[in-house]
Amino acid sequence: MSARDTDWDGVRLHVVTGKGGTGKTTVAAALALALAAGGRKVLLVEVEGRQGIAQVFDIPPLPYEERRIAVAPGGGELHALAIDPEEAMLEYIEMFYGLKRAGKALTKLGVMDFATTIAPGLRDVLVTGKTSEAVRRRDKAGRRVYDAVVMDAPPTGRITKFLNVTSEVAGLARIGPVRNHADLVRGVVASPETAVHFVTLLEEMPVQETLDGITSLRAAQLPVGGVFVNMVRPELLPEAALDAAADGDFDAAELALGLKAAGLADGPADASPIADSLAEEIAEHAVRTRLERREKETLAEAGAPRYELPLLADGADLAGLYELARSIRSQGAA
Amino acid sequence: MTPQTGEAPRRISPFLDVDALLDDRDTRIVVCCGSGGVGKTTTAAALGLRAAERGRRVVVLTVDPARRLAQSMGLTELDNTPRPVTGTDGPGELHAMMLDMKRTFDEIIEAHADPERARQILTNPFYQSLSSSFSGTQEYMAMEKLGQLRRSDEWDLIIVDTPPSRSALDFLDAPERLGRFLDGRLIRILMAPAKAGGRSAFKLLNAGFGLVAGAMTKILGAQFLKDIQMFVSALDAVFGGFRQRAEQTYRLLQAPGTAFLVVAAPERDAMREASYFVERLADERMPLAGLVVNRVHHSLAPTLSAARSAAAAEDLESRGEHELTAAVLRLHAGRMQLAAREHREQEHFASAHPTVPIAQVLAMPEDVHDLAGLRRVGELLTA
Repeated sequence: MSARDTDWDGVRLHVVTGKGGTGKTTVAAALALALAAGGRKVLLVEVEGRQGIAQVFDIPPLPYEERRIAVAPGGGELHALAIDPEEAMLEYIEMFYGLKRAGKALTKLGVMDFATTIAPGLRDVLVTGKTSEAVRRRDKAGRRVYDAVVMDAPPTGRITKFLNVTSEVAGLARIGPVRNHADLVRGVVASPETAVHFVTLLEEMPVQETLDGITSLRAAQLPVGGVFVNMVRPELLPEAALDAAADGDFDAAELALGLKAAGLADGPADASPIADSLAEEIAEHAVRTRLERREKETLAEAGAPRYELPLLADGADLAGLYELARSIRSQGAA
Repeated sequence: MTPQTGEAPRRISPFLDVDALLDDRDTRIVVCCGSGGVGKTTTAAALGLRAAERGRRVVVLTVDPARRLAQSMGLTELDNTPRPVTGTDGPGELHAMMLDMKRTFDEIIEAHADPERARQILTNPFYQSLSSSFSGTQEYMAMEKLGQLRRSDEWDLIIVDTPPSRSALDFLDAPERLGRFLDGRLIRILMAPAKAGGRSAFKLLNAGFGLVAGAMTKILGAQFLKDIQMFVSALDAVFGGFRQRAEQTYRLLQAPGTAFLVVAAPERDAMREASYFVERLADERMPLAGLVVNRVHHSLAPTLSAARSAAAAEDLESRGEHELTAAVLRLHAGRMQLAAREHREQEHFASAHPTVPIAQVLAMPEDVHDLAGLRRVGELLTA
């Protein structure tokens, strides 16, 4: 099918998780764009009611309805859906039981509210169920409607519980329709057509959570995908300079000469005060860089493919998304 | 023009005086809220340490399952009771605890039901799922635990770190939702005997109810419905208690002596969530003390602008001279750009909420994982 080899050929459901603040939604959006490139049709879903996709693409809030939100390089199409658990439940009731009127009565009585807020297992089955349905959906000619589905999933701390629907509803419903539905969803989520990707920063806590998340996914026999290291800054300084700076021995006098040569010493003024301030900045940078390298080594222990996404100077605006999508494709993640 | 540092929001926003808040003996509860990943737990722990070292008897309640507070306070285990934190300086005391959601729920049941009924509830599969589930219950139990700590009057100051909710608003909504559910019409329907899928009992009510009961049996399955019904009828005895407690805690949050701190990072999503939260707290008449912006980047050479720095780097690069200086200038330009972007995000917030006091915490090169780090955060918070 695919014209080029990627690391995730055959994967049709990409679940993207990450600790809060790591840019999970942005990476999910960029991955979806990258997958759509070259004339494919991809659905991006969000499940937490935050309208994160609308914010990332700078469009009005998404309804509970699949719609095209962007075109990808080379003619691909990106569609999006914000899954609302209450709506998904109504749809589910109508679709499987033909009970439209009952659904309305249930909403009025607060059953929906209860089912989707207080019994979170049910909520998770509904949103993963809706997503699985989109993954499996075929048109009249029997072709897949979407080439791939990307889910902007709950944060790393909740991901295993969220995807492990069967065990989550086990206490809630040991037998019966809810359980059957959960088993069906599990079939999709645990299959080789699914990959759960992690987004992290090169910081201690997100890296630790990523490793913990990977361990718990593996224990639950759910398919671990790649690790997307987000907001990576280019390493501009040579090794020797970094080491010196980290030890507080950065050559500020040499720097002052350079600044003078660059015309940054105003008039006859000495460039050394500014050189001293910059040297201090470099010392901080060097400490940070050492820490980031340590985190990179820690991540390597996870044994999952890693992709590095650059820090965007202007933040993750639409142009930035396309830049990230290019980076994802060039590294073979899509 | 590009702003030079992250200082300007303070010109329009009042400065949040954290020490005054912590030193005020009338401040009895501080609630830290905000979206995930902004350093809420660290802020709560740093505030607790600072308050303790300034002479207060403090307990920090965290609900974060990542056990980060435990790490940063050098504790290997946090359970459902406050444990003293050793290594603090000064006259006060610091205690810390991590919420055990299920145990807190169990304790409420045990306190309000006779032993036989409590046993019925605790072994009910539906209860077990509800009490260990994540959304809703966690928020409710956090509020319950807060109420318990406050009523014990053993602490002079309670600092709460709110659950990592899907959205910041869940924290305020969920307790009421649970209360509404446990007290609502739905419960009354479920409490009707489960004969023939509940149908016979519903005849006495109206057709709408019958429809609902039928639908629920069909959708959820008879066993599931039976579990819920058993749970609900066993829980009957403790209903009033639930409702009352939820209301008590809600009022406690509105009362003088409580201060909400919204925690954010200077990024678009986090600041947007902070805005929502500030508005929501105002709607609920919850006392907002201010906004804490964590991990703010600033430059040590703010007079050298990003543009000038980048141009100079380019100049050196094109001449093939002073490569190291060029690299340093590139890094500086990046840092100035980042500071400017963060500044803009804060400015958006400040113009929408000009009366909300703001405290900034500068980004530290290394992560916090000990008391010294927390102390440093406390210093930065009040710098």
